[in-house]
Amino acid sequence: MARSVTTRRKTVVTILAWTVAFLIFFPILWTVLTSFKSEGDAIASPPKFLFFDWTLENYVTVQERSDYFKHFWNSVVMSVGSTLAALVLAIPAAWSMAFVPGRRTKDLLMWMLSTKMMPAVGVLVPMYLIFRDTGLLDTRTGLVIVLTLINLPIVVWMLYTYFKEIPAEILEAARMDGASLRSEILYVLTPMAVPGIASTLLLNIILAWNEAFWTLNLTAAKAAPLTAFIASYSSPEGLFYAKLSAASTMAIAPILIMGWFSQKQLVRGLTFGAVK
Amino acid sequence: MTVTMRALLGATALCAAAGWARAETLTIATVNNGDMIRMQGLTEDFTAKNPDITVEWVTLEENALRQKVTTDIATKGGQYDIMTIGTYEVPIWGKQGWLVSLNDLPGEYDIDDLLPAIRGGLTVDGNLYAAPFYGESSMVMYRTDLMEKAGLTMPEAPTWDFIKEAAAAMTDKANEVYGVCLRGKAGWGENMAFLTAMSNSFGAKWFDMDWKPQFDQQPWADTLNFYLDLMNNYGPPGASNNGFNENLALFQQGKCGMWIDATVAASFVTNPKDSTVADKVGFALAPDKGLGKRGNWLWAWSLAIPAGSQKVDAAKKFIAWATSKDYLALVASKEGWANVPPGTRISLYENPDYVSVPFAKMTLDSINAADPTKPTVDEVPYVGVQFVAIPEFQGIATAVGQQFSAALAGQTSAADALAASQDLATREMTKAGYIK
Repeated sequence: MARSVTTRRKTVVTILAWTVAFLIFFPILWTVLTSFKSEGDAIASPPKFLFFDWTLENYVTVQERSDYFKHFWNSVVMSVGSTLAALVLAIPAAWSMAFVPGRRTKDLLMWMLSTKMMPAVGVLVPMYLIFRDTGLLDTRTGLVIVLTLINLPIVVWMLYTYFKEIPAEILEAARMDGASLRSEILYVLTPMAVPGIASTLLLNIILAWNEAFWTLNLTAAKAAPLTAFIASYSSPEGLFYAKLSAASTMAIAPILIMGWFSQKQLVRGLTFGAVK
Repeated sequence: MTVTMRALLGATALCAAAGWARAETLTIATVNNGDMIRMQGLTEDFTAKNPDITVEWVTLEENALRQKVTTDIATKGGQYDIMTIGTYEVPIWGKQGWLVSLNDLPGEYDIDDLLPAIRGGLTVDGNLYAAPFYGESSMVMYRTDLMEKAGLTMPEAPTWDFIKEAAAAMTDKANEVYGVCLRGKAGWGENMAFLTAMSNSFGAKWFDMDWKPQFDQQPWADTLNFYLDLMNNYGPPGASNNGFNENLALFQQGKCGMWIDATVAASFVTNPKDSTVADKVGFALAPDKGLGKRGNWLWAWSLAIPAGSQKVDAAKKFIAWATSKDYLALVASKEGWANVPPGTRISLYENPDYVSVPFAKMTLDSINAADPTKPTVDEVPYVGVQFVAIPEFQGIATAVGQQFSAALAGQTSAADALAASQDLATREMTKAGYIK
């Protein structure tokens, strides 16, 4: 009897999980399907789900009109670059907050998070002026710097929560064995926190990849990443839904594939720290 | 040996310098629409004639582009050599001294060939600050078959009362056919573009000569009540979410009897590839109320050079190419006269090849019926037909648009929406220093 209840519950939970997953995935699925439709089919009412004339026409048009690989490479440089830079700054910061907290550590953490609470557009003009004066407008270096700074609070917070899970005694033991601060962080703490660091890295790459305010406003022709590539296919006057969907599919495909291959690591990391 | 080395180094430096001088690159910011994309495809014609200039495009959605270029020009960022801007920006930016005057374009450009209504909207204190790439107005697009079935004939210049009568006769809700489709989505370039143009024909105005908002006056009440009555009785469901693209989709699928919107839509609804009603579309001027003004707007996407640009000469060459008579002929030779950017030059409408395009005459008549310097019945202190060319307009009109959209959705009454609009417009105009 108990067994049958468990099986029934298992079935219900499985169905529920698949339904929720399908609902979450549906917008992406719909975008991919629309990218294979003609512009006419894309706006058909009632919507056509699978039975339409499949076409690659939109991908051909997008390929002809835009330099996809230039935008793709800009996205890779800015997301990987900013993530690595943020980790280099955040690992020592999170170490000190987790293992040698001061009286104001909690306030400091809250203050860091508070910088995420202001609408980005509020500082657009000052940022633009700084970028103009330092010659960083429309450069990949500029984007790496701004994305590092934007995502730093989240990276510090995530690493801090992971580091808090690691027993301080182990680090203490290493210190007693004569390990320097550098070796303690590099050879003792980091290997133990690898799942946490990996998931922070992956999540931060995704956040940087999808960032669409600064990457649109601080770039023009040279450093424009995939967000600008997508924005060039949207229009309030004219039907571009199928082409827009093709451009979106091409823009999200790399990050989707990365997420697919690293999902084990991502899930393990996310359930490792305080987020579990 | 040393001499040879020196010679080699010198030659290399010279080559580098020559290469440097040759590669003058223009960065052009533009919107994503059919005519602009076509221009990008034809850039080779320009670079072949000007081998010392290369062109880089930054194409963006209209609102994203507006935010970017406004930030850049206001901070003198210098990221763009040519910007695509509209009739809203040109008077404001021109007055600020942010744009380079184009009065000295070469003689063969024939500046006097530009349509006066469009040229007037792009001129400040006698200086042409942007060259029009294409101009548009708004007009009535209607289903000839449904009109015939209803036993009515669309006049070339209909009145609002006729539109209501026709909408009632064409509506067949059981078969999902709605008499009239109009913009309802909130936004200064969405429902407020339509409603501001419509209000001109009802004798309404945004501000009096002292910049006092006029939403508490009868003409605005008449405009909004007529619009709500029309849409609630004969419009499609959920109209408060509909903008250009949503109405275009409805019209193309045969669900709208009439649609009053941008003239640029004519080429979409008559294109048999996407439209199921391509061969059943007629055109008429935007309606009036017998007060001497029609409910149509005027817009021109235009090319301008930001002041302080280092490449003014090259930029002028490009603008002279892209907005020339030769460019129109180039597009016609490659893609036919129907795809030529409309609404900028008098000579285009005198060309017998172009006059035979079905919507050509109506586009010209619509553009000529709008006067940005005298948009409504009474005298007003502002320029602009479907907008008021002051920097505060975007914010105020979007807030007013939200009120009107809520009234269409049934969340508030017309009277409350107008009262709230009057309050918020008065507050903002006082804050901005227009009202003393």
